[in-house]
Amino acid sequence: MHPGAGYLLTIAVISGATLAYEVLLLRLFSLIQWHHFAFMVISLALLGYGVSGVFLALARQHVSRHFSSVIMGNLVLLALSMPLSFMLAQALPFNPAELLWDPRQLFYWLVVYLILAVPFFFAANIIGLSLYQFRRGIPTLYASDLLGAALGSIGIIALLFVIDVEQILLVLPYLVLLIGLLLVTQSPLWSGRQKTLWQASLLVTMAVTLFFMPASLQLNVSSYKSLSQMLTVPETQVLQRKSSPLGVLSVVESRQVPLRYAPGLSILSDAELPEQLAVFTDADAMSAITRFDGDYEPLRFMGQTSSALPYQFKPMQDVLVLGAGAGSDVLQALMFDASHIDAVEENPQMIGLLQDDYADFAGKLYKLPQVNVHQSEARAFASKTERQYDLITMSFMSAAGAGGGLFSMNENYLFTVESMREYLRHLKPGGYISITQQNTHPPRVMPKLVATLAEAMQSFRLAPSQSLILIRSWQTTTLVVKNGTVNQEEISQLKQFSERYNFDLAYYPGMTEQEANRFHRLKQPYFYQAVTALLSENKAQFIADYKFNIEPATDNQPYFSQFFKWETLPEILSLLDAGSIFLLESGYLLLLAALVQALVASLVLLLLPLWLWRRRRRDRDEAQPLHKRVLAYFFALGLAFLFVEIAFIQKFVLILHHPVYAVTTVIAGFLLAAGAGSYLSGRLRMVQARIQVVAAVLVMIVLSAVYISSYASISGFLLAQSDLPRYLLAILMIMPLGFCMGIPFPAAMSMLGREHDEMIPWAWGINGFASVMSPILATLIAMEFGFRVLIVVALLLYLLAVCLFPTDSTKPSAGHNQLNV
Amino acid sequence: MTRTPFLNSAVSLVVMALTCFSLSPVQADDDFKQQREALVEEIAEDLRSSDAILDQSELDPKVLKAMKTVPRHEFVPEKHKHQSYRNRPLPIGYGQTISQPAIVALMTNLLELETADKVLEIGTGSGYQAAVLAELVEKVYSIEIVPELAERAAEDLKRTGYDNVITRHGDGYYGWEEQAPFDAIIVTAAADHIPPRLLKQLKPEGRMVIPVGSRFMVQHLVLVKKTEDSDIITEQLLPVQFVPLTGEH
Repeated sequence: MHPGAGYLLTIAVISGATLAYEVLLLRLFSLIQWHHFAFMVISLALLGYGVSGVFLALARQHVSRHFSSVIMGNLVLLALSMPLSFMLAQALPFNPAELLWDPRQLFYWLVVYLILAVPFFFAANIIGLSLYQFRRGIPTLYASDLLGAALGSIGIIALLFVIDVEQILLVLPYLVLLIGLLLVTQSPLWSGRQKTLWQASLLVTMAVTLFFMPASLQLNVSSYKSLSQMLTVPETQVLQRKSSPLGVLSVVESRQVPLRYAPGLSILSDAELPEQLAVFTDADAMSAITRFDGDYEPLRFMGQTSSALPYQFKPMQDVLVLGAGAGSDVLQALMFDASHIDAVEENPQMIGLLQDDYADFAGKLYKLPQVNVHQSEARAFASKTERQYDLITMSFMSAAGAGGGLFSMNENYLFTVESMREYLRHLKPGGYISITQQNTHPPRVMPKLVATLAEAMQSFRLAPSQSLILIRSWQTTTLVVKNGTVNQEEISQLKQFSERYNFDLAYYPGMTEQEANRFHRLKQPYFYQAVTALLSENKAQFIADYKFNIEPATDNQPYFSQFFKWETLPEILSLLDAGSIFLLESGYLLLLAALVQALVASLVLLLLPLWLWRRRRRDRDEAQPLHKRVLAYFFALGLAFLFVEIAFIQKFVLILHHPVYAVTTVIAGFLLAAGAGSYLSGRLRMVQARIQVVAAVLVMIVLSAVYISSYASISGFLLAQSDLPRYLLAILMIMPLGFCMGIPFPAAMSMLGREHDEMIPWAWGINGFASVMSPILATLIAMEFGFRVLIVVALLLYLLAVCLFPTDSTKPSAGHNQLNV
Repeated sequence: MTRTPFLNSAVSLVVMALTCFSLSPVQADDDFKQQREALVEEIAEDLRSSDAILDQSELDPKVLKAMKTVPRHEFVPEKHKHQSYRNRPLPIGYGQTISQPAIVALMTNLLELETADKVLEIGTGSGYQAAVLAELVEKVYSIEIVPELAERAAEDLKRTGYDNVITRHGDGYYGWEEQAPFDAIIVTAAADHIPPRLLKQLKPEGRMVIPVGSRFMVQHLVLVKKTEDSDIITEQLLPVQFVPLTGEH
């Protein structure tokens, strides 16, 4: 039996809505908690797919007999569970901040993702059961599944721009229920009384959802996020909230207790701060819009922060502010008389706040003739512009290592050797780059930044030891790099500025150790020691001996905030009772914890039922070796598919720049092409399934080899194009790869469908479990070895899959014949 | 009928519950006292090698005595009372915590207090830190920005007899002008810069302590010292003994 067009459309919509739900959960959890937990919770929630496989494998005969009811039942449950699971999960007292203190939090964590796995379980039941029921149409079904997911990935981004994030939680169930209604009405699978019953049920569910859900859908933002904390202050209120795929921006006003945002302000400053409005991104990461009316006197404090250092050296005509945000650095540049400021900000809604909503409050800052606002990702702007600058400044951009290394798993292309080269390329002779960061103690961020910059400077014939300056306040460190040699006049200005505001000298050419560590004393002059060592011949040894990972970050391993080192773990653990938890780079460890949880869950939920099931029917089971092969084959595919996808997403994000659009484009491109591959593999009946898989894997190997080896020239070529051709060409490059990746799954599934249909749900489940582990493993591999290695591992897994292609080894001749259709 | 394991455990739970209820307040207080003393001993041992002990070999005995005296459980919300004498921060609502006892001990130790000192605290929170300070000095002034917390802490301090702590609800940014100058200031509320007025309200040779980090994880302590000539120097101290470098460089 083949599925009809209506059925295929339903599968596409279910698949799309489920993928959209996954992205939505990521956004919601980033808002109510923190991004890294969101990532882990959601990746583990996908276990629902694996559990569904097991469920279908054990109950397939029963559910298959009641196919139409089971499909509709799951569809209704999927719709209901989408908002309910989230509401239930956010009602739990799960507090990631307490994870290291309270073992009960581990339990809550587990419960959170079990609850969130429920909608994925229902969605996977619909798709898995359909694959089993329509086994002759597997390639077409799988193609609809992938096509739907592709559209879902685009759709959710569009939705996130137009409606509030919590409202989407109600849109998706509606979409599911509507497509269900359409299917029941037009498909011959439902008839007579059953049809009426399901139509009524779907309508009632829609009505119930409409009437009861919206009122109860309040986001329960963690009380430990900075927005929640600020809102406990009397007469503090959220003035405005804007939502997009880049995050939720909240503008907050505090009437009784004024906001005072001045990071890096000198301890000697006595300046009164002007009126400010706080801007939070995802209820955290506060910045401030400062009131400005053309008078620079109230901004005097901006000259008393460590980031004001480069302005002491000379007048800056052309200034590039990367990550302009709410405008502090732009105001600072204006105050120091910059005549041309390029302010680069990625988030259009942030720009909107300054240009429209609070334009008057901010003194029309982003509309001033000296200020040119560019809505762009920082590195993208740097790679496109040809302009040269006196100063490129970046303050508090997301290199932050504070927070126990929780951002370690995030790729960050702003602080890599390659990006530093890009910034250096745009300096006028004698120009400066200035980077201000929050201090980490013991130092991690700055030593890594210095190591990364020093590596980048080698291509410019700049001697880092003659071009670097580092100062620090009690809370911030400012690194200045000159395109040239730092001269005596600059050194004397540096000394005056530091002396005046109690900033500590941490490095300048010719500095002695005695000059360090005067005002803000560390146990040893760590910063001076680190910079001198990193700029000397001992650099490699110093990096090896340092207790945190301060290897320069590169585009191949863009994990700037990954400071974890295994060697340091025993020492930190031995100090745990004394409170050394803050030294643990817990992001990395949490990632490992997530992997262990996924493995344990797989063992309990997949292998245990498999083992019990086989024990029960051992005497009847004739094809045991096949089980192992099916298990291994689909596991390898599950891992490899996402490895390749994740690695190439990263490679293309770098070329396409804008993280949100780039990721969406690449995912959609992959899925569309894989859908086409799947569809075509079903059509090419004259070609043996195994040969199809071998050919697909060979083409993938060749393509990957070409892409990896000529990545520099490909990216160079693409970067020279304007946006549209760049995106189109990138999609054209992704498509053949995706096309091949779409073949191995349905080819083997179809084979199973013809000969061992009882294995289909198993294969579906195994693939689901592998997909849970894949992103976590991919991140760990990329952190340790880089994306190139990740691609190689993925290709080896595909090769392994080729060897394991599940022909029935107990019945060689029959098995072989069955492959010829 | 034989008793099932389930029934057995249920019976033991009931017995345990009854035992707990039948404990007299005196017994419970004794129990807490023992736990407290054990915790303080443990902290003293753990912190022996901390960076924040500076030149001393161990925590000031006066601080240890104060830690052994203040009933932390009286400042902990009911549902966390049983965890009062674990060396960990505990939630007190409003996104705030009662600090980890080891950190309280270190911060108090860093202030090097004399009995006649006047101390200002910015961020009363649970009131526990103020109570520890009140064991050591004659007058503690404490400001809390969240009205509900300010009210609760004031009640708890009064109930536990710490009449020498004077609390106020308000903005700590400008310090407590009428009572200035202070010998020591402790800023437990997060700050992205040190309010200039607070520094002004610190006496020459006075000390200020600021914990840096999140509610559940203090990353380091900043000790601000005002010299005799009113120069300002800070020290950034780790709660543990940890040097980021190995070998000689």
